Order: sequence, then C-alpha cells, then structure tokens
Amino acid sequence: MSMNRRRFLKAGGTLLAAGTLPISIVNASFGRSAHESFSFAYISDSHITHIKGNEFVRNWDRGLIRAISECNLLTPRPDFIIYGGDLAQLGTPEEIDHALDLMGGLRGKVHYVMGEHDYYLDLGEYWRKQLGPDHYSFDHKGVHFVVLNSILTYDTWTHGPWETPMARMKAMARLDNPNGSPFMVGAAQREWLRRDLDRVNRNTPVVVISHSPLQKIFKGWNFWTEDAEEIQALLKRFKTVTVLYGHVHQIQYNQIGNISFHAVMATAWPWPYPASYAQAESHLPKLTIEMNRADPFFERDATGWQMINLQTGNVDMHYLLADNRNRSVVFDRKLKRPLDARYRADADRIPPQVHF
Amino acid sequence: MNPRRYGLAPAGLSFGLVLLSSCPSHFARADEFTKEDLARWQQEYMTVVDQGDRLFHGGLGNPNTVSCDQCHPNAANTHPETYPKFQKQLGKVAVLGEMINWCIMNPLEGEVLALDDPNMIALQAYILHERRGVALVPGRH
Ligand SMILES: [Fe+2]
Ligand SMILES: [Fe+2]
Repeated sequence: MSMNRRRFLKAGGTLLAAGTLPISIVNASFGRSAHESFSFAYISDSHITHIKGNEFVRNWDRGLIRAISECNLLTPRPDFIIYGGDLAQLGTPEEIDHALDLMGGLRGKVHYVMGEHDYYLDLGEYWRKQLGPDHYSFDHKGVHFVVLNSILTYDTWTHGPWETPMARMKAMARLDNPNGSPFMVGAAQREWLRRDLDRVNRNTPVVVISHSPLQKIFKGWNFWTEDAEEIQALLKRFKTVTVLYGHVHQIQYNQIGNISFHAVMATAWPWPYPASYAQAESHLPKLTIEMNRADPFFERDATGWQMINLQTGNVDMHYLLADNRNRSVVFDRKLKRPLDARYRADADRIPPQVHF
Repeated sequence: MNPRRYGLAPAGLSFGLVLLSSCPSHFARADEFTKEDLARWQQEYMTVVDQGDRLFHGGLGNPNTVSCDQCHPNAANTHPETYPKFQKQLGKVAVLGEMINWCIMNPLEGEVLALDDPNMIALQAYILHERRGVALVPGRH
C-alpha cells in the first residue's frame, strides 16, 4: 500500500466522520487529476491616490474601475477574485476607503493580499481592520490556497528613527529608494506556513499568493523576497505548486523545480523591466517573454488584469490587456513549465517586446 | 598590413605641428584646465543632477502628487539616448524635453516647463546621468 493510500484512508476516516470528503483526497488516492476545474480573476496594484478632500488621481481610479467592470462581464463567472495588493498609494484610511468603495462594485467574493503601499503607514492596522488577517489559507474545489504577507522587512528598518509614520511610508513607496529595505515573509509567518502545509496532501495542487515575487529578480526595486529560498523549500514536497504575485507591474513567469511563478499586472501603471536600468544587473527569468513596451500616449497601455484557469492543477494565465492583444501563458505538461501561447522563438516576438 | 598606412601617421602629425606653431601662443593656453577645474565642474554638474533627482522623485509640486519615478524608477524607460526621435502622437521629431513636458502635462497634470528652465535642465541631467554609458541611438524605437 502506498504512503498516499494509507494517508488517504487515515485522513478519509476522520473526514468521513465529519460528513465531508474533499475531492482532492479522493482523486489523489487514485493518482488522477486532483480537483474540479474552475477559474478565478485577479486584479492588482491600483495605487489609489488621495489628493485632497474628495479628490483622487483620476488615472489610477480609471484603471481600477475598468478592471472591475471587465471582471463583472467575465463568462463563465470566476469562482472568486484575488486582489493582489497595493490598493492604496500611501496607505491612508481615505485611500483604502475610496478603493474599497470602488471594489464594492465588483461581483463575487474577493480575497485580499497586503502590499507595501497598504502597510508602511500604520503597519497594516487600518487595512486589517477593514479586510481581516493579512495571511490565511483556504481550500477551493480541491486546491489549497495560501495568502502571505510577503512585504515585511527587517525590524531595524521598520522601527528605525522615522520622524513620522508617513516618512517611513514614503521611503518604502519609492521603488528605487537606495535606502529601502528588502521584502520578506519572516520567521513567524514561515512557521505558520509550515504548519498550514503540514496537513495538506502532496498531490493537492497548492497556489501561494503573495505581493512580492517569492524569488530573487532585482533587489534594487524590491522585485525580491529575502527569504524566497526558505519558502520554496517548504513547497518542495508538493507535486504542483504555483506562486502568484503582484508588485512588479509587468508580465513575468518562471519555473523553479516544481514551482511555477506568475506575476499579475497592475491596473495603475506599468513598470520597466529591470534590465532597462543600465547601472545595475537583474535576473529576469529567462523564460519570460516580456510584455509590450508601454506607449505612454495610451494611459492604460501595459496595464491589465487576469483570468486564471485551474483545469489541470497548474495555472493557465489569461492576461486581459487594456490596449494590446490579450496573451495566454499556459503550463506545458511536456516541458513542465509555463509557455506563451503565441510568442515563443525570438522571431515570434514583436518589436514592442524588445526592451532596452 | 599595408606599409603605406604607416607612412600616413607621421605625415598627419607633422601637419598638426605646423598648424599649432602657426597659432598665436595664447590660444594654446586658453583651453588649459587643471584637476581643480575638473573637480569643480563635476561638482556643479552633480549638484544639478541631484536637483533633478529631487524633482524627479516628487519635487515638482504638481497638485496631483504623481511623480516621474512612479513609472520610471531610476529614470528607466525614458531612453534619452533615442532622442531626437519621431513621436507618432506629436506628429513630429521631438527632443527629450518635449516628451518630459508631455509627462508633466498628462500623468502629472502639472504646468509645462520652458525648455531652458533650470528645472528642465536638471531633470534632463538626472535622466541622462542614470543612462550614462549607453550608446547613442537617435531615432530608435
Ligand atoms: Fe504596486
Ligand atoms: Fe508593491
């Protein structure tokens, strides 16, 4: 009898007593596809910015409003929506309230992720008051979802000699701040994650959602998570793992061992690829075929939102792009990595995909 | 290697020497500068770069508070090395300063700067400083 079969029987016994039997465990024990097919939507990085009184930056409002109305039109309906962090620009109650007012127009259950712009004014207090815990897990149709707060940093920086909480917020809000500090999940949450994953069967597809990449791409702009390797190690024993993250405001995807990585786009503005900063080196995943360079004359260009299918347990990422042809990056079961459905060889790339 | 090419170099050199000796001597001294001069000029330049850095990171005082670095961390993706170039939406070949003004007018919703405004010069100094070492490719898209 295989280890899985024994585990199933043990787990099945207790669960049957409770009257439920997750499909994941049933199917996994026969070594077949582990769950029902479903999709969810993903919106991220709206950076709602308060000017004064009831004025907010129009451009960033429009990005979120457009994403919400397009998500409301999706068919089939996504089972739920993930909001990937950086709802606000400077984490004030005015910004969070206004953003949540807009988000109120979105049909369906939303799971929120903490971004650094939501956090560093009051260390996430107002956000948590409105939205609940900043790290949690849930199961949906046989897939285990984990949401992490990955934008913490060293205590010495967070509790450093800041004149005001807003000074700290602005220091972290500036992406290229040479006196910034690297993001991390931290020991306490890593221990929570270890315990959370302990009760999950290795055949259950796992989706980990964070704001920062959980891989190391470019430290200068915090396209980076300091304890990425430790988290990857906790995920190693699972057959199918996907990490979804925001923060980078661009298309990125990668495969490290068993883990697929996908960035989600911003509704507010796109960011350049790190390689276009001539004074530093970055490690953009070689797999990634870049998004088109933004045409600044279209204010929504190179922004977008996603529809994600979990048919196979791996993520099929469908980018809904405001001013370009939509793209799909789908897990290729032979190559065992994400693959763009249209752009593959260098020759298939179009001129705007050349970044320099 | 072509031996006749060797012959050209001394010929060119002697031609240069002839030119130099025919100039009044104070011309030769007019362009002389010292290490102290170089240090001072560099310092003047870096002062303007730093001023541009501050303007670029929220120092422009535009009412909507949006700053250049929000889309262009370290001034990346500004591509000063490609100007002047054809800007399809402006319908003409434009210089970097005109594109900076486009950004000030649109995402920043602020007041345009004269092309010789000290703030415009400072912004360009910062943008070009972050792009130093990159080859010029005017007209490139
Ligand atoms: Fe962001
Ligand atoms: Fe972020």
